[in-house]
Amino acid sequence: MTEIELLSWARGPGLQIATIIFVAGVVIRIFEIFLLGRKANLAEAKGGEMSNGLRTMITRTVPDRTTFKRSSVTIVSGYIFHIGLFIVCFLSAPHILFLKDVIGFGWPSLPTPVIDAFAVVTIIALLATLVNRLTNKVMRYLTNFEDLLTWFITFLPVVTGYIAFHRIGMTAPTLLAVHILSVELLMIIFPFTKLMHAFTLFIARWYNGAISGYRGVAS
Amino acid sequence: MKKDLSLNDGTPIEGTPEPGTLGETLRSQGVSRRSFMKFCATTASMMALPPSMIPMIAHALENARRPSVIWLSFQECTGCTESLTRAHSPTLESLIFESISLDYHHTLQAASGHAAEAAREAAMEENFGNYLLVVDGSIPLDNPGYSTIAGISNLDMLTESAKGAAAIIAVGTCATYGGIPHANPNPTGAVSVKDIIKDKPIINVPGCPPIPVVITGVLAHYLTFGAIPDLDHIGRPKVFYGQSIHDRCYRRPFYDKGQFAETFDDEGAKKGWCLYKLGCKGPTTYNACATTKWNNGTSFPIESGHPCIGCSEPDFWDGGGFYKALSMPTEDISKTAVYTVAGAAAAGAVIGALNRGKKNNSDKIHIKTTIDDLRK
Repeated sequence: MTEIELLSWARGPGLQIATIIFVAGVVIRIFEIFLLGRKANLAEAKGGEMSNGLRTMITRTVPDRTTFKRSSVTIVSGYIFHIGLFIVCFLSAPHILFLKDVIGFGWPSLPTPVIDAFAVVTIIALLATLVNRLTNKVMRYLTNFEDLLTWFITFLPVVTGYIAFHRIGMTAPTLLAVHILSVELLMIIFPFTKLMHAFTLFIARWYNGAISGYRGVAS
Repeated sequence: MKKDLSLNDGTPIEGTPEPGTLGETLRSQGVSRRSFMKFCATTASMMALPPSMIPMIAHALENARRPSVIWLSFQECTGCTESLTRAHSPTLESLIFESISLDYHHTLQAASGHAAEAAREAAMEENFGNYLLVVDGSIPLDNPGYSTIAGISNLDMLTESAKGAAAIIAVGTCATYGGIPHANPNPTGAVSVKDIIKDKPIINVPGCPPIPVVITGVLAHYLTFGAIPDLDHIGRPKVFYGQSIHDRCYRRPFYDKGQFAETFDDEGAKKGWCLYKLGCKGPTTYNACATTKWNNGTSFPIESGHPCIGCSEPDFWDGGGFYKALSMPTEDISKTAVYTVAGAAAAGAVIGALNRGKKNNSDKIHIKTTIDDLRK
């Protein structure tokens, strides 16, 4: 297989396979969660569910003071790499072009050097989370294989993207193919790991807020 | 009149070249030594050689005996030859080429029929072990009858001609990687020269067609050093194929700034912005177009407003469409996603129903245990 063939496979059949697994996995899991159902709450409602749920979706984004003090590294590096990932994924021209081809519309991109800088920041933040995870005793105790796997699978596309852009070590078609394949790996692993939080996060937050709202307590 | 000249390093060389050499041919065509040295300097800089190598190139070229070249054309469109002949007119590169003893070339030779084949056989016999074999076009393996010359299949002619060749230069993407005949579904079972010949040095000069100056540059390198140049991992001379179009593109700053032409006639296209979104394959294509350019250095496709199609890369024809940006999927992912959502929603509903049934069933068969029961 030549490098151009590899690239064509990654952009064609490889992407098809990854898309099917990713979409099917995510949809089935979300359906399962919703269809589990809840027992009817017979207690009298002491407040609104919807408004409190929606408010909690936003308020939980800001960490409270005690939590921040306790795990500041996790929160800061976590925020940085999430924002960095968002910018690199959704505001770089080639990525927008990809999304436009799939969903039918696009949006303006950021200049390449800006994306490049955010990629570096994201890589550093991701490394910081790993170092923190491995050096902090409690974190290390709580860490299981899935945590390391998801970290690696998230780290890989950023690094391969950075290398592909700067053409380090290999030829451009190979580097681009490797980058696309690393994203496909992420798509395949995604529905079966805690990476699902990208979809369930706001559902869970809303639910927490809604329960509290029903009971008439702060969330 | 004989006039002594000296090289940069002080070595004296003769002003009048030996008879039968390339130097003599050049003089007879009225090429002055000054313009010849200029050509050597250009060649040296093109091949990224230090200036100290210029006299060596001049010396080697002047004294080179016209090597016999046999040019075989298989499944091709003659575009490579067309490209090369564009270098002819009164340019120096073309004189270099004329000064090679081109003993066999379908399109260019005067002889035809038996006489042509006889010329090839004679050249092969006389120069056995020393001639250069140039091949353009791919070789069909499915059925030898798909492409024959004088009743000889391409495969037979190639293997026979390769035996006595000092080196083989595969010219054009068809000869180097199969090219268009090799494109999906490859009806003739087309393969490249390298797929067949394993025991000879092969220089791949891909492109559809290759840049004329690159073809002559490779020949000049061979004449100068008597060896094949440094090749990359797919057999291309690194001097010409060492950098990607994207890295040397004069429109690169627009890519970096995020300024793209969205269509062929929008404001961006008129301002000469980057053609990435219009499917430019510059980032994954290694060739010298952006530096040596075409038509005597006039321009190259991107400069003319068209994205690079990646013609010097293997399988460029099957790369998912010339006008699809590199980061775009080559297949219809949206359709796949929609069908998958529909299928998965149905599957999710069924799984959800089964889960619910299981839950209801466990509620039904649940037996309450009292403290009295446990005391029993």
